[in-house]
Amino acid sequence: MANVNYFLSEEQQMIVDLARQIAVEKIIPVRARLDETEEFPWDIMKDLAQADLFGLYIPEEYGGLGGGCFENCLAVEQLAYGCIAVTTTFAASALGGYPIVMFGTDDQKKKYLPDIASGERLAAFGLTEAGAGSDAAGIKTTAVEDGDYWVLNGTKQWITSGGEAEIYTIIALTDKNKGARGASAFIVEKGDEGFSFGKKERKMGLRASATRELIFNNCRIPKDRLLGRRGLGFIIAMRTLDLARPGIGAIGVGLSQAALDESVTYARQRVQFGQPIISFQAVQHMLADMATQTEAARALVYAVARTIDSGEKDISKISAMAKLFPTDVAMKVTTDAVQILGGYGYMKDYPVEKMMRDAKILQIYEGTNQIQRNVIGQALNKEYARR
Amino acid sequence: MNIVVCIKQVPDAESVKWDRKTGTLIRDGVKSVINPFDYHAIEAALTLKDKLGGKVTAVTMGPPQAQDAIREAMSMGVDEGVVVSDRAFAGADTLATTYTLSKAIRKLGDVDAVFCGKQAIDGDTAQVGPGLAVRLGLPCVTYASHMEILHGGKGLRIRRMSESGFDVVEVEFPVVVTVLSSLNVPRVPSLKGKMRAKKADIPLWSAADIEASPEKIGLSGSPTKVYSTFIPTFEAKREFIEGEPEEQAGALVERLKEAGII
Repeated sequence: MANVNYFLSEEQQMIVDLARQIAVEKIIPVRARLDETEEFPWDIMKDLAQADLFGLYIPEEYGGLGGGCFENCLAVEQLAYGCIAVTTTFAASALGGYPIVMFGTDDQKKKYLPDIASGERLAAFGLTEAGAGSDAAGIKTTAVEDGDYWVLNGTKQWITSGGEAEIYTIIALTDKNKGARGASAFIVEKGDEGFSFGKKERKMGLRASATRELIFNNCRIPKDRLLGRRGLGFIIAMRTLDLARPGIGAIGVGLSQAALDESVTYARQRVQFGQPIISFQAVQHMLADMATQTEAARALVYAVARTIDSGEKDISKISAMAKLFPTDVAMKVTTDAVQILGGYGYMKDYPVEKMMRDAKILQIYEGTNQIQRNVIGQALNKEYARR
Repeated sequence: MNIVVCIKQVPDAESVKWDRKTGTLIRDGVKSVINPFDYHAIEAALTLKDKLGGKVTAVTMGPPQAQDAIREAMSMGVDEGVVVSDRAFAGADTLATTYTLSKAIRKLGDVDAVFCGKQAIDGDTAQVGPGLAVRLGLPCVTYASHMEILHGGKGLRIRRMSESGFDVVEVEFPVVVTVLSSLNVPRVPSLKGKMRAKKADIPLWSAADIEASPEKIGLSGSPTKVYSTFIPTFEAKREFIEGEPEEQAGALVERLKEAGII
């Protein structure tokens, strides 16, 4: 039976095969244990480093493979088939690395990108604060010039890989009165004076990923850690998120595919009323919707990622779409997977309850799905005003 | 370091089927994979190279499609590889195989270490590693489950498993080592490795290329004759003892007494 052909290049197919191999051989066998113990997946990070996957999106001159948004989506989709907590840890390093790729000076790129590309050091991205989630402009962390240094004060909240990563891209206010032009982006390293971490958060899902506060207490960093120009902080953050959002969509696709596979396999084996439950239309229709929505989500993510890689500039709307739809699909498909497995689906002996718990974060992080709808809605308003 | 790893392409154990009438494997449509133990031999070779430098060459004997196995080894980090391939090699037993492989390895020049999986899952003989060592005139350490490099990088300290326990041996290079799966965890391929492997030119060496004597290769070099192969059937008496654990234990003791075992 034919599957949708996305006409991947030979190299893209290699990325898919390799990431799937890692998901099957390295991630799936340990995912339940990692979920239970909340252990940080260092062994798998080493495998991903060995596989060159951390360098996918990094230019070749800095030790990467020079791929784009699409290649990154292909990799995370397959990894997410195994476990989205592990995948989020992997993807968070790209979120910390993208700002350096897009806005770093040659010296900054030379200093940080080869280590990020090789997986030698993990990166992370710090924007969210206790009082600034959807309202990113509400951040309170400040950076003040002091001779040859910047001095940072404040606390970032819920930072993925906080404490484990070594290179952080941090958004902080440099001019409180300048509004959207009042923030700047900085590179902060683990070990910098005055930089520490809060306790590890305990979460409903995504438990193998580490989430901590980043605490800046008169944190002094050299002048040359400013990323881009002063005042570009929010622009850097938004450009980074625009580029990263299809990747979150791809994680949703991989997770949906995993839940679908579990559901169909189970429905073919489970016998009730003398026949496998897949013979009942009630179950068939659920599976049909799950499969169709998963494929539609995949098609959207791939099309948007390819559009982004073609060099389109104003990508906020399509990037928001590529995050919104696949993650809503993932929530629905994983919930339906638990329903199809019934009582077994609710038990930890089967993987779908974890998938459902994990799926919820996809509708929340990297901009809630309500914020994605705002972005799309505002873009529509602008678009139609020009007609 | 000039390191060689010997690998073999075998039918995928998960998809292989057995023809009960002829007593042979049905190979049509069955995927070929690298012998599972050989992944650990590849990892051992790469680990040694990571620590001491040098080059790892993978060698396999088989049909031209065994190039796929070499490419997979290269995707993990093996530098180069060669397939020893000639219709004249067909039907080789382990005696002829070790001769053929030893000729190919000699053609590669002086080697410091040769790694093999402990055995192939299709033939299960575990003879090729030791046989190869004899052919090459090198010491052989079999069933390695732990390996470290001796001070100064002159050789290896290896823990080798035996039926009664284990031995720890020290051996200087050059050496042939056959490895168990408990020795290491094979690394995953890398993207750069996959791309390099895809483009790599993997030579096919014929019997003439390795200057093999015709009477020592293939069927003519193989004294082993297979008279028949069959699936063993299990016909001994079986009984499942049911009941609570205490009852089961009591019943089991009774049965053992009846049988005169206790």
